[in-house]
Amino acid sequence: MKKSGAEILIECMKREGVKHIFGYPGGVVLNIFDTLYDDKEIELILTRHEQGAVHAADGYARASGKVGVALVTSGPGATNTVTGIANASMDSIPMVVFSGQVPTLLIGNDAFQEADIVGITRPCTKHNYLVKDIKDLARVIREAFHIASTGRPGPVLIDLPKDVTAGSTEFIWPEEIKLRGYNPTYQGNKYMINQAAQMIAHAKKPVIMAGGGVVSSGAWKELKELAELAGIPVTMTLMGLGGFPGTHKLSLGMLGMHGTFYANTAVQNADLIIGIGVRFDDRVTGRTNAFAPNAKILQIDIDPTSIKKNIRADLPVVGDVKNVLKDLLKAAKELKGQQWDAVRSSWLKQIESWKRERPLSYQPVENVIKPEFVVEKIYEVTKGEAIICTEVGQNQMWSAQFYKYDYPRRWLSSGGLGTMGYGFPAAIGAQFACPDKVVFDIAGDGSIQMNIQELATAVIHKLPVKVAILNNGYLGMVRQWQELFFRERYSHTELESGNPDFVKVAEAYGAVGLRATKPSEVEPVIRESMKIKNKPVFLDFVVDWKEKVFPMVPAGAAIDEMIFEEMEEKKEKKLKAVK
Amino acid sequence: MRHTISVLVENKFGVLSRVSGLFSGRGYNIESLSVGETIDPSTSVMTIVTTGDDLVVEQITKQLNKLIDVIKVTDYMEVDHVEREMVLIKVAPRKDDRTEVLQLTEIFRGRIVDSGPTTYTIEITGNEDKITAFIELIKPFGIKEFVRTGKVAIAREGVKKK
Ligand SMILES: Cc1ncc(C[n+]2csc(CCOP(=O)(O)OP(=O)(O)O)c2C)c(N)n1
Ligand SMILES: [Mg+2]
Repeated sequence: MKKSGAEILIECMKREGVKHIFGYPGGVVLNIFDTLYDDKEIELILTRHEQGAVHAADGYARASGKVGVALVTSGPGATNTVTGIANASMDSIPMVVFSGQVPTLLIGNDAFQEADIVGITRPCTKHNYLVKDIKDLARVIREAFHIASTGRPGPVLIDLPKDVTAGSTEFIWPEEIKLRGYNPTYQGNKYMINQAAQMIAHAKKPVIMAGGGVVSSGAWKELKELAELAGIPVTMTLMGLGGFPGTHKLSLGMLGMHGTFYANTAVQNADLIIGIGVRFDDRVTGRTNAFAPNAKILQIDIDPTSIKKNIRADLPVVGDVKNVLKDLLKAAKELKGQQWDAVRSSWLKQIESWKRERPLSYQPVENVIKPEFVVEKIYEVTKGEAIICTEVGQNQMWSAQFYKYDYPRRWLSSGGLGTMGYGFPAAIGAQFACPDKVVFDIAGDGSIQMNIQELATAVIHKLPVKVAILNNGYLGMVRQWQELFFRERYSHTELESGNPDFVKVAEAYGAVGLRATKPSEVEPVIRESMKIKNKPVFLDFVVDWKEKVFPMVPAGAAIDEMIFEEMEEKKEKKLKAVK
Repeated sequence: MRHTISVLVENKFGVLSRVSGLFSGRGYNIESLSVGETIDPSTSVMTIVTTGDDLVVEQITKQLNKLIDVIKVTDYMEVDHVEREMVLIKVAPRKDDRTEVLQLTEIFRGRIVDSGPTTYTIEITGNEDKITAFIELIKPFGIKEFVRTGKVAIAREGVKKK
């Protein structure tokens, strides 16, 4: 049967299981929007900015594990997606972005709203396509969903010239996918895995470093089993949070620049680092030649380029993390006469004493809301069950430190790109994916203004997304660096004088706005927001602007060269606001 | 270290820029690059000469392999192989030197592919040593123009790992 390009597109999406598309219309995608108009199975969610659409698709993907889908027009619509695509690419999020393009005959002529989006997104997609012939359309869509969701996941962009979606052809669903250049390695090498088991058995002071790969491969059960079997403490990268229960006694929390004292110290004293689905990003390693100086490194990852990119690897195992961990568990259990408890007890005791020595903490002050306190309260009120999205900056780090993530796919944060403006649209996407879960975006007053227009999207769809703004009146994280490393010269980081009244902004959009200015108001306000089931809520927490994120590893330092709060306090600086 | 890497790719538009973009985006250098269709018109081979320490070259080959349109990557450092490059050199020797230029070309088994009133265009094929040697010898006679194809390489039969 003949179908139009737009109908083929919709049909293929259905076969790929797509239920929600986040998008924004324009001239060259009118055919597609027109076809969607009557469709009962696929819902298009109109965001208020294409960046919002892509982040929403990203949040949808992170929360559900499914491929997120966005649809935008050519030119500015397409270029507006670039940040969102780059963000998904850095964090390995499965996503397919459809962009409209000018008709094939006009491509290259600087036609109205033409942009070479395939060229622009080449370095920030896993793969991308320009469909020049409608006969290729179904195959390309099939390949795109396959590429986005398999191997190390990532975003794929498909550029659709107007004549391709407007034209028509015989629809043939390609049953088979033939990509001779794409064969991810799913099974780890048996020999290497046996070696790995030996390595773990012989290690006296091992640490597991779990990353986003644990979450994306769905390997949390296997990871927990391995850690418990072999008595290995687990630290997580920002992307790995939730891959191992944060409240587990073997959890060390996050490591790296704002990692816990005990995680960073354990890594630096370890004799074996087991990197699982991590790429040893510089925010995690600190100065690379001083990273885990006494440790052998065992690295498990599906992407061979993640291995030996930044950090040596004594034993690499390429494969899907879940499969490799299964095999590794089997190999570890078969080790004869291995007394795990006996070999580990002194190391675990040492870890416990580091945990006691310096837990994560902050100094409460009377009548001033500490941002950490807000995060703690959100944790308490939501019983650790919420999906937490974050923006970028101090808000993100406090959310990583003071909320304990016991479940995977409930921590949605822009890791690799560090994109301010990610959290709110991601929360909207997550709420679509998980309508029954409580979704928070823990935001900064700077970041929230980068995609604040999505309030309209959340209001229209009656989404009870909660945005907790840790309102410190500054681009806080940058201000922190200025305070510590630029002699308190707050060059262009003051926001308060220009900040809107966030409660009124929320109300103007038809959402609910709540405010807390005293510690005693924090919990009631959070509880109040939990009662609202059909509207987004902005919670404006006016917090201590002086608060900084600690511990902190300065740029270029080893990760055990941490700065702590009291070291800064001793300097008795007189902090002045620029206001 | 200098590596000659051969990349078998899908013969599609955009593939060259994926490969060259990978090099520029990640700061790897390309000394030479040559591309041509293989016997199977759906594929092309790119032969890339690059430099870098072992870790860099390992990343390069892995990153290339990661591209969806790349079918196979061979680092000839690890494989017994034959390498060739062709150069076209336009020389303008003085009248008394013309015979010597012809003789040198003969010795290097080059060919004169064009000659003008005052110039010869010489085609030389060979490995890098031979080409460098020839260029050094011919330089004093006055090179007017000079183009090289970039290297191509092919594994020797019964490929042995070095
Ligand atoms: C799009 C974007 N622009 C700039 C930055 C650099 N940056 C990192 S944190 C930060 C400050 C964020 O301020 P705010 O949202 O108020 O969060 P806070 O640190 O105060 O919690 C900035 C500007 C960024 N990460 N993303
Ligand atoms: Mg702020």
